[in-house]
Amino acid sequence: MTHYDVATAAVQAALDAGARYADARVMHRRYESMSARNGDIEELTQSEDAGIGVRALVGSSWGFYAVPDLSDGAARAAGGRAAKIAAASARVPGPAADLVPVQARTASWSSECETDPLSVPLSDKGDLLVHATKTMREHGADQAEGLYQIWDTEKWFVSSEGHRIDQRIRECGGGIASIAVGDGEVQRRSYPANRGQYGTQGWELVESLDLGAHAARIADESRALLTAPPCPAGETTLILGDEQMALQIHESVGHAIELDRILGWEAAFAGTSWLDLDQLGSLHYGSELMNITIDPTIPGALGSFGFDDEGTPAARRHAVKEGRWVGVLAGRDSAAVAGLDYAGSVRADGWARLPMVRMTNVGLEPGPHTLDEMIAATDDGVYMDTNRSWSIDDKRLNFQFGCEIGWEIKNGRRGRMLRNPTYTGIGPVFWRSMDMLSSEVVPWGTPNCGKGQPGQIGHTGHPAAPARFQNVRVGVRG
Amino acid sequence: MSAELAQRVLGMVPAGVEAEVFVDHMARALTRFANSFIHQNVADATTTVRLRLHADGRTASGATTVTTDEGLRGLVSRTLDAARLCPPDAGWPGLAAPAALAGEGNWDEETAKASPEARADRVRAFVDAAGGLETAGYCRTLHWSAAFANTAGQVAAGRTAEIAMDGIARVEGADGAARIASGQLSDVDGAALGARAAAKARAGAGAVELPPGRYEVVLEPAAVVDVLQNLSLYGFNGKAYNERQSFAEPGAQQFDEAVTLADDALGDTGLGVPFDAEGTPKRRVELVSGGVTQRVAHDRRTAAEAGAESTGHAALGGRTRGALPANLRLMPGPAASTVEAGAVIDPAAASLVAGVERGLLVTDLWYTRVLDPKSLVVTGLTRNGVWLIEDGELTTPVRNFRFTQSYPQALGPGAVLGVGGEATMFPDMWGAAWWTAPALRLASWNFTGGASG
Repeated sequence: MTHYDVATAAVQAALDAGARYADARVMHRRYESMSARNGDIEELTQSEDAGIGVRALVGSSWGFYAVPDLSDGAARAAGGRAAKIAAASARVPGPAADLVPVQARTASWSSECETDPLSVPLSDKGDLLVHATKTMREHGADQAEGLYQIWDTEKWFVSSEGHRIDQRIRECGGGIASIAVGDGEVQRRSYPANRGQYGTQGWELVESLDLGAHAARIADESRALLTAPPCPAGETTLILGDEQMALQIHESVGHAIELDRILGWEAAFAGTSWLDLDQLGSLHYGSELMNITIDPTIPGALGSFGFDDEGTPAARRHAVKEGRWVGVLAGRDSAAVAGLDYAGSVRADGWARLPMVRMTNVGLEPGPHTLDEMIAATDDGVYMDTNRSWSIDDKRLNFQFGCEIGWEIKNGRRGRMLRNPTYTGIGPVFWRSMDMLSSEVVPWGTPNCGKGQPGQIGHTGHPAAPARFQNVRVGVRG
Repeated sequence: MSAELAQRVLGMVPAGVEAEVFVDHMARALTRFANSFIHQNVADATTTVRLRLHADGRTASGATTVTTDEGLRGLVSRTLDAARLCPPDAGWPGLAAPAALAGEGNWDEETAKASPEARADRVRAFVDAAGGLETAGYCRTLHWSAAFANTAGQVAAGRTAEIAMDGIARVEGADGAARIASGQLSDVDGAALGARAAAKARAGAGAVELPPGRYEVVLEPAAVVDVLQNLSLYGFNGKAYNERQSFAEPGAQQFDEAVTLADDALGDTGLGVPFDAEGTPKRRVELVSGGVTQRVAHDRRTAAEAGAESTGHAALGGRTRGALPANLRLMPGPAASTVEAGAVIDPAAASLVAGVERGLLVTDLWYTRVLDPKSLVVTGLTRNGVWLIEDGELTTPVRNFRFTQSYPQALGPGAVLGVGGEATMFPDMWGAAWWTAPALRLASWNFTGGASG
């Protein structure tokens, strides 16, 4: 049997058991990660998983069942179980469930990949991390860490509406970090980002990072941070680097525009959103410099795909246009509830998890400035970069973020290094205070976005550029 | 089946190679509700085979869910190839020697085999008991069985089952929460939980904003769980300790004398299997006794580095995060004189609230992140209900705060004004970890911002 045959059998079994709609995803994923520490390989892990997840809609109620068995019998049983679970859901029924229409299609799609990352010799990949971590140790790191991760995912999607879509998505990335331990505190510097940089690309992405060339600098910076003055407390002009901006977008825009949160579907766990659908199209989310797109079509970005996990083709749209909120991340069912005519942002973390609304690539369009211009135009402020901590409330309003490093800005120049920089604010107030935005966009990838119950890890992309904000409270400490 | 799978894999490993195999079968079902109806209802049953090999002084790990002969042979072959290409592993601590287990784990058949209807009925009861308030949450059942075998002769098997329910009720912008975890299906009463969540939500309506600052607090057991999780991850983690990134100093009076903290996956009510990822038997490990830090948790590697013995805390999925005590129990205080809890205050917190002249009752801590791992300064928010306490009574619902607080400092000598007389078990948000906590009355908690910034 082909994987399409297995998925088709599961869908048919769900229909036979009473479902009025069903879909199935067969997925096969290979994963490899290697971590190095202080010049040695710390851990090498390779894993493989394969299975089928079936979604069934019975009346107005959903059910989902998944098994790691791709035989015909197991697939049919899974389809039947999904329908049975859906029938149990009807004991606490909701309003009539509908799906916004999506043209059924047969298609194949693959992400771009120059160098298959799983085919690169382990010794070459290990040498890269060993060299970088050794260099950091030589430059004073108490702990020198390096990591890469690779995912190679193939999936076959079949729906009762006639979809037959297969995709292969290869993702990889990595990074390094230097940790300096002082009396009573720990300082950390990472390159190129706290969790590294990731994309739907081959090993060429990791090579392009040139990890070894940055090892000495971040080790030196981590040690220097131990004796740097603390970030002053108060309200000031804040310039954020592009990596921290990616986190700012992810937490205070990306999650807030998830339609399932807006509809209350995540109320008990991840939370809701401060956004009200009645204000879609009119709400001023930020300053006129703020243009945020939902764009899974960006080649090589981590949130890219050909079709989402409901078979909706990737398409670009605005979430925020010239500061006005105009779009959401939606699935076929949530869009129908909200009265919207588009979906396309539903994905699952593997075959054993229910597809749900997830960020794709949610990021900023370029602005008219440069980072140097922002610094030159600032008399008194703080420049922060590289995310270290992130906390935001369940409505995605009240945030407090910490960065690894900061610098004083005085009279248009970057001055002293500052340790433990933090800033806090309320999402829309903060975004409305953005008065300068750089054109220097980097498509950052976030490989660790948690959501859902059971928990799912999502891979999201965030094109981001340095930006300047006014009257921001900084230097919050315990 | 898991034990047989472990032996099959071990039999595929060439002679002379040190190997350990951990097979776990997780059957998980979760019925999720929002806007007072079931909107997601999922189940999966997954067997994962994890293999770690040490060949010619080199170590590699692999895992698969493909349990056919071909899949298992592929796992062994790939992992051997990977090990050959790895540099020498000078810190290899060797395999766990044969050792007896403390039982097979707490397992209840009715819980393990709970049906979708049983979960849905509890949701129905929760929704109905909320009296028309909007509700959301989940009811989850798990059946986890595991087997271990290594080439040193250690063989282990165990199983456990769990039910957990966690829900909120909502009214006029106020949320009230109730949750519990147990090994017995019959322990989880959806109606009782729904009624408590609704009472808390109603009592939270019309909340006022208070100025940030330091307040005396009573943390309900659910909020204390967040403290335990962060102490586990950053403090009592043997790897963090070895790397000098932990606050822990064994032998030092780092906590108030009212604090006794142990990790115990078993006991009468524990919900774990009786061995860790390296096959080391689980046992009760006291980490803090009367406020004095006793030890940190170790796997075999961190133990070897520290000159200690494994405490049975090797984590599944690799050693990068270190050895984590993920079944922490904060011991309850002496049984308190009977205080009428009412519908809002968790009964476990009632006697503590009665002693507060002016302070805050906090239900949950949310989205906590560490600013500095060594001092364990954490920022986060309150959630699901805060009330002003005046002269031992709840007087006013309060809007949520942001806080920035060192957790060890909050529990430091002289800082704990009371420990609740009973402890509650809670599910972990992400997986197989369970936390047991009483309420705590603390002298000071640093609220650094209000709901409006």
